[in-house]
Amino acid sequence: MVIEGIDYKELGLKVGLEIHQQLATKKKLFCPCEKFQSDTFELSFERRLRPTQSELGQVDPAAMFEFKKGKMIRYGANRDSSCLVEADEEPPHDLNMEAVESALIVALALNSNIVDELHTMRKIVIDGSNTTGFQRTIIVALGGSLKTHHREVEVQTICLEEDAARLTGDSKDFREYYLDRLCVPLVEIALAPVEGSPQEVQEIALSLGRLLRATKRVARGLGTIRQDINVSTKGGAVVEVKGIQKLDMISKIVEFEALRQKGLMEIKEELEERFVKPEDIGQPIDVTDIFEDTECKIIRQAIKEGGIVLAVRLKGFSGLLVYEPYPEIRLGKEMAEMVRFYGLGGIYHSDELPRYGITIDEVESLKRRLEISKEDGFVLLAGPKDRAEDGIVAIVERSKDALQGVPYETRGPTPDGKTRYIRPRPGPARMYPETDIPPIAITKELLSRLEKEVPKPWEEQIEYYMSKYGLSKKLALQVYDSEYSDLFGAVVSKTKIQPSVVAATLTETLISLSRAGFDIDFLDESTLTDLFLSLDKGRISKEAIPQILELFLEGKIGSIEDAIKRLGIVTISEEELLQLIRRIVEESKDLIRERGERAFSIIMGKVMKITRGRADGAKVGTLLKNEIENVMKGEHDSSE
Amino acid sequence: MSELVGYRGPSSDILKKSKVMIGDLIEVATSKTKYNGVLMPRYEYADDLHVVIKLSNGYNIGIDVRNIQAIKRISVGEKPHFTAPPKPLIKPNLPNIAIISTGGTIASRVDYRTGAVHPALSASDLYSAVPELSRYAIIDAEVVSSIFSENMTAEYWKLIALKVAEKVRSGFRGIVVTHGTDTMGYTSAALSFALAEVPVPVVLVGSQRSSDRPSSDAALNLIGAVLVASKAPFSGVYVVMHSGMSDDVLSVHLGTKVRKNHTSRRDAFESINIPPVAYVKGGSIGEVMDGLPPRSDSKDFAARPDFDTRVALIKFHPDFDPEIIDYLTSRGYKGIVLEGTGLGHVGGYCNSQLRLAIEKGVLVAMTSQCIWGRVRMTVYDTGRDLLVMGVLPLEDMLPETALVKMMWALGNTRSVEDAKELMKKNIAGEIGYRSDLERRPAR
Repeated sequence: MVIEGIDYKELGLKVGLEIHQQLATKKKLFCPCEKFQSDTFELSFERRLRPTQSELGQVDPAAMFEFKKGKMIRYGANRDSSCLVEADEEPPHDLNMEAVESALIVALALNSNIVDELHTMRKIVIDGSNTTGFQRTIIVALGGSLKTHHREVEVQTICLEEDAARLTGDSKDFREYYLDRLCVPLVEIALAPVEGSPQEVQEIALSLGRLLRATKRVARGLGTIRQDINVSTKGGAVVEVKGIQKLDMISKIVEFEALRQKGLMEIKEELEERFVKPEDIGQPIDVTDIFEDTECKIIRQAIKEGGIVLAVRLKGFSGLLVYEPYPEIRLGKEMAEMVRFYGLGGIYHSDELPRYGITIDEVESLKRRLEISKEDGFVLLAGPKDRAEDGIVAIVERSKDALQGVPYETRGPTPDGKTRYIRPRPGPARMYPETDIPPIAITKELLSRLEKEVPKPWEEQIEYYMSKYGLSKKLALQVYDSEYSDLFGAVVSKTKIQPSVVAATLTETLISLSRAGFDIDFLDESTLTDLFLSLDKGRISKEAIPQILELFLEGKIGSIEDAIKRLGIVTISEEELLQLIRRIVEESKDLIRERGERAFSIIMGKVMKITRGRADGAKVGTLLKNEIENVMKGEHDSSE
Repeated sequence: MSELVGYRGPSSDILKKSKVMIGDLIEVATSKTKYNGVLMPRYEYADDLHVVIKLSNGYNIGIDVRNIQAIKRISVGEKPHFTAPPKPLIKPNLPNIAIISTGGTIASRVDYRTGAVHPALSASDLYSAVPELSRYAIIDAEVVSSIFSENMTAEYWKLIALKVAEKVRSGFRGIVVTHGTDTMGYTSAALSFALAEVPVPVVLVGSQRSSDRPSSDAALNLIGAVLVASKAPFSGVYVVMHSGMSDDVLSVHLGTKVRKNHTSRRDAFESINIPPVAYVKGGSIGEVMDGLPPRSDSKDFAARPDFDTRVALIKFHPDFDPEIIDYLTSRGYKGIVLEGTGLGHVGGYCNSQLRLAIEKGVLVAMTSQCIWGRVRMTVYDTGRDLLVMGVLPLEDMLPETALVKMMWALGNTRSVEDAKELMKKNIAGEIGYRSDLERRPAR
């Protein structure tokens, strides 16, 4: 979605990036598990997390919010990827020093100020993503800067922390997680908020990603890097968007968020013009009796199950719940997303009723009950008593927030590059020391050893690719950014294949297969290595590569070897090829006579069609050229 | 907070010199940068070279005193004021339950400012930490001790037993005793004997994950214990803890048959040689074992809270030094519980020392280090020799329970012979005469 003419500067767009990168360590952060991912989860157990009271007698609002939802959490575990530590049935083991070293190398590469002693903290998170109810996290360094082509971005903090469990399901009563990813070491880098276009923000993330990959100490592949972004615009609160997995979604999401915030500010201005004040938002009223015989299926069901119907008057809101300053940005939608989080299906509001089985009579009695005039709006919802009450309170708060413009909240990305409400942003007081892990002093000796491991800037690596392997800059960057840069290095050093062929296969060919709808995640390194080894031995030609990969990804064959057999594309031997070319040339003598050297491309086409990927094009060309010359010479000789 | 908790040597010196206190907001200038944060206490086992502050983002960091140029106080720390949330509405018809705390924390709140964990000990603290309690009982809370469970002694058993007796006599419908888990099995055995005739349920409860963490098992265990104390149809002493890894089912273990069998799991407590006597699930008590003493309204019962601590629990092992027995005998020990091998054996080379001990009036009894199963000393010569010598076989009694029972038996009798008779008598379900087909019978 591109909305022409948004002036991001005028909008006051500011974006802070927070990158979470998995580290490629041998073991997890606080236990000896070596497997970071599993496919099967044979064990399961259920838990409930409870917010801990703080000394102020209050529980964290985000923690309370999660607890109130009253869900049980179901964990699936695999024996290889988790032990009692992940199940929160055993205290954490010693902090993984390999992970500490990786985080320190990243800190050194960013010129960050490394702290003298590491303290592991518990950051309260009770959505179930951590079995303990907190994430273990350590500040490793403060400050520093990331240099990109265009600018220098300030680094705020660098932390080493454990990854969370993998969310796999969320139903009314259960939230489900797999434990394999829990406790995998992550480095978290928080950058200071920057002004700029969404594209510029994305480029900063890309630069940081490249710097991380240059350390060779980070994990690769989908899900191994996640970005959180903090987006704000002039006059609005900071909105946190958590868990963006794909880098190329960042600019789209920033674009959407900027637009959403602009839209909310426009709604705010409209409310201001109508002189709506916070006290104009009414108190919720129980209106269950109005809907006792309703035709609306959802409300009827809710009442049947012992639930209630609540409504609230929003003075001066008429028309503003459906008002859409930009596509899909409207208050009604924001409210519906919000109550879904309390386990409610959604809301009904004045701008869309009568509809959904709610009759005009019901709407009229509701208006009388709420004392609604034609300038006013109302919101209505139904559900179990406690959920409905929480939901309507959230609506009241959201309506008040509408008078301020953009509320302070946590959102998540949608697959199409938009954002949706997740929860209110957590309060600040939610960290306390992890007393099970002693503090660790960072010695000068350790740092001076690690200094030597700080990678060269990634730009130098790109130049190295270009000069050593003769890659174009574009191809060099593509290889570097791909998951396969290590594989590329291994293949070009092990084989005689032209580096550009390896690079293009690992980037362009795979990208086009992915665009054609194939899931290229099925291609593991050993399959790709087999492919290149076959090419190196001359058993297949490079022209056959896309065809082989397609067959493999369709699941029709299990290995490269099978593909070769199946396609019958074992490369034609030079002898065979020469015979074939001679036969075709023989058959095309008339043509050669007629057109001379210009017959070449026609005959070439014929040969390639017959060999169908079994012969190297360049080789065919050379042989064919020779043969045509021979024929022409022969003709000449005989005629003289 | 006036003391510089955990600081010593150079780190303590620099803080004292700078006249700052824990909880103060301070600025620390180092050769490289400046940090602002709240001065935190230091772990006592950590080195004396770092000063710990909490940054405004909530993280703690340690700063090497050798890099510090100056420490300046920005503002004095404020003591947090704890305002408890409003007390939940309590229905008037609920039973009165006494919660006696002995140490360890079954409920707590965290001071995120300093990281300190404060136990919730009063009834209102408990209600606010675990509001669900208000559904089951009117709570009275009392602290009898605040010690780690490994510091528990017979002296405390007596204190707890007397407190329980006092509460029962004043009309409480059930008693909950919160206890650290390490020695909870010993205390439950001690109370089982001292309060053998108690007319209401006395429920010991603890937690394997500390109550300051959201994943703690404490709240569910406490709710379950209060439920059993208020609603169970039986009387006697029990332990209520998680049945498995999940926060759903709790097991009710007989106080003399329960053992901590894992260092860290939530389901560390297991009933040995019998199944749990009941389970708690979804707010109700089910699968209650037949034959438990029924609850009664009587307030009149005798407590026998005396223990003679001159009893040792000795684990036999290859190359066991029999002089240890001599040592105990010469030091005036009154009883020895042996944790023998297999069916109840110790090496024949211990026989003369054991014989001497028995001759000198030491009560010697046999349990098995196998934990599960029963001693049977008539099967092999070794066992027969010990029997002839006068070593008392204790059937399927847990070694720890046997130790506690012997302390109690010697504390409540005048002669070794009387104590021996008491040891043979099944007082609180500690002896099972029949062995179930399954070791851990399925529910």
